[in-house]
Amino acid sequence: MSLHLDVTPDSMRLDVPSDLGMVGDAVELVASHVPPGTLSPRRISFNLRTALAEALGNAIRYGTGEDPERVVQVHVELARDFVRITVVDDGHGFDTSRVPDPTLPHHVDREYGRGLFVIRHLVDDVAFNEKGNGICLTLRAG
Amino acid sequence: MRFTLKKDKSGVVIVGVEGQLIVGNRQELKQKVLDALEEGSRKFIIDFSKTGYIDSSGLGVLVSLSKKIREQGGELRLAGLNADLQTLFELTKLDTLFAITRTAEEALAAF
Repeated sequence: MSLHLDVTPDSMRLDVPSDLGMVGDAVELVASHVPPGTLSPRRISFNLRTALAEALGNAIRYGTGEDPERVVQVHVELARDFVRITVVDDGHGFDTSRVPDPTLPHHVDREYGRGLFVIRHLVDDVAFNEKGNGICLTLRAG
Repeated sequence: MRFTLKKDKSGVVIVGVEGQLIVGNRQELKQKVLDALEEGSRKFIIDFSKTGYIDSSGLGVLVSLSKKIREQGGELRLAGLNADLQTLFELTKLDTLFAITRTAEEALAAF
């Protein structure tokens, strides 16, 4: 399976097959096409890559159930003072307010449950659509 | 992305993570370490000095491996985290679960 990134001067679009093995390639494809200037190389290398991997992993695992017939849509808005990434799946969504704090003493040694917590610390703003099957990550210039 | 395994003369297994440790490759790392555990190794170092980023699935597999190694009387140490990765471990409080050293050599000396 190959990935095709549609790029314009101010946006990118990518459909990612619901396959966890595609996450790394999808992240690299998007990150390597973010033009220099808005975000520092360090934030592209770490914050953007990690947050996008989290969002794609969650969408593929929980949204589309790793069904290879389904895709997760990525849209990237490239502005002068921010980069905004939207990841949407066709699943039923979930209630983000019910995700427990993974740093509580009785949660810290759990294998799962850190994804949203990590995302919130890596980007400047996190928003969800009403259905809960879309996440919008904003990284501001700097 | 690739994982390298080498065994020190004292029997410590040093695992190198080149690229990223994420949802798409964590099972490969897990299997490599579990295979070495099954073969009798008990002391492990995962060296992140060539690692760009780790997602929460990658963090989770480290937690899982640490438990399995401890259950067998062994220990997993982490080394080579860059500043961003170190911050990630501190934010998630995973720095309280793992022995973390600056370099793999320091981790080796501490065994």
